Amino acid sequence: MSNHSKIGFYIFFVPIFLWLFLLIVLPHIELFLMSLKYEDDMGNMAWSLQNYKEFFKEEIYWLTFIRVALYSILVTFLTFVITFPIAFYITKIVSVKYKGFLIILLLMPFWVSELVRVYGWMILLRESGVINYFLQSLGFIDKPIEMLYNDVSMIMGLVYTSMLFMVVPLISSLDGMDDSYIEAAHDLGASKIVIFFKIVIPYIAPGIVSGSIVVFMLTLGNYLTPNLMGGKNSLWFTEQIYNQFIASFNWNQGAAFGFLLLVLSSFIIWIGLKVTKQNLTKALS
Amino acid sequence: MIKSLPKSKVYDNSFKIYIILFYIFLFAPLIITCILAFNDSDFPTLPWNGFSLDWFFANTEKRVGLFYDSANLKSIWVSIQTAFFVSISALVVGTMGAFLFEQEDFRFKQALYFLALSPLVIPGVILGISLLLATNSSGTFIEETFGLDFEVLRPSFWLVIVGQFAFISTFVLLVVSARLKKFDKSLEEAALNLGANRFDVIRLITLPFLRPALIGTVAVAFLMSFENFNTTMFLIGSDITLPINLYLQVRDGSTPIINSISFLLIVLTSIMAILNLVFTKKEQK
Repeated sequence: MSNHSKIGFYIFFVPIFLWLFLLIVLPHIELFLMSLKYEDDMGNMAWSLQNYKEFFKEEIYWLTFIRVALYSILVTFLTFVITFPIAFYITKIVSVKYKGFLIILLLMPFWVSELVRVYGWMILLRESGVINYFLQSLGFIDKPIEMLYNDVSMIMGLVYTSMLFMVVPLISSLDGMDDSYIEAAHDLGASKIVIFFKIVIPYIAPGIVSGSIVVFMLTLGNYLTPNLMGGKNSLWFTEQIYNQFIASFNWNQGAAFGFLLLVLSSFIIWIGLKVTKQNLTKALS
Repeated sequence: MIKSLPKSKVYDNSFKIYIILFYIFLFAPLIITCILAFNDSDFPTLPWNGFSLDWFFANTEKRVGLFYDSANLKSIWVSIQTAFFVSISALVVGTMGAFLFEQEDFRFKQALYFLALSPLVIPGVILGISLLLATNSSGTFIEETFGLDFEVLRPSFWLVIVGQFAFISTFVLLVVSARLKKFDKSLEEAALNLGANRFDVIRLITLPFLRPALIGTVAVAFLMSFENFNTTMFLIGSDITLPINLYLQVRDGSTPIINSISFLLIVLTSIMAILNLVFTKKEQK
């Protein structure tokens, strides 16, 4: 369309530019600048790398950081392993009659607030919880066991929370895959494992990547699930940030933590895209 | 392995068992939360003491049901207002963004598009602290220089709206863009050739085409805002939203009133989810 007026363009451009500049770009510049300011003993603000030095000096900070990164990768992987069979079943095995119904059922829990879902797990798992009640009344255990507040329950909660963001891209890539690829491989004598690794996985790689990016990002940035389901030793990095901001009121230190988390998430997403030769705009839309 | 290939019983049955277990895993926390909202007990756990609506309607010294609990009711109202403003403004700006990126060409378009998608990979906590820092700095600056005080530059009801708007607009942008891609440009061109101006075309042709997508999007944007926790927790003022309020109650020990709120949320979101699905199905026909 050549006869677009300049005014028309600016009516669309200005709000978008203001939104992205004022609410995205500027705040993140401010985050970076604040992280470089440090209050010395005299109470004066000065430019300094002290906040970052603090991060490397205190073991608990960088250990949490590394642990959270590794756990997020683990959660992303587990989410894929758990949801892939579901996506495969829904797209390739179940009859068309039930397909729609199974998809609706699959999506429904994720419309409900994360807090409600976490709360549901809490009343199931905790010492006075429902599972313990059943185990006790069936005589499997004498005393209730605390199943909440440890790394396993936290990982499970994180996987549960992020499953949707993996299963939806998987379903749509599997939907786009012609069954004849699998049939051909089968006719040529390939085993299920070979079909899975040589045919299915390469075909749906873009779906896996976009699902993994979102799951990883959401896990890394999660606060509720680690906070409510993890134990005292499963501190999440977002909780460190929260503590600096709300408890210690040390915003500069918190800004440094925030910036490090942002760098970490961007870096791992970038690696993921590079390894699989994708680009962000494509992976997300 | 798939429908069209010979099946083995073991493979088929183990798949079925996995699917059933998965759906139990998916729904267990939600169902148990709903059931325990009606248990005649002071704690959200078993044993079952009989059916009761106390946690909705009681107003006695020992039990205050949801409909008499002013703190919770108020937070629900705050969340509804927040979600209303956020979803409407995100709808307008996100749709403008879709028009900008789908129908206009300009320098640095790719860079700006990349920026517009970036909120999807920025953890919500980071967006929250960045906005907190930036608004705090500019608020202090404006107050010291001009002696003016803007509520939106302090943690407050309006700052929460700004923060949620910053990333929910991206979601609207993506969904509306996807729909706009399917739009037959020749309709617009025909109208332009017949003498309509650009805004007549948008109002009379493009927007009616987008309407189903816009309605679906605004519903999801409303829910995203209603349930947001991570960004909100740093921007909140004295008007506490429902997720924050629930979080504080869950963290500090819980009464079945949380179950009754959860029950209502689960029922309402399920209805919304189903309506949304019915709507999109109709649109596709």
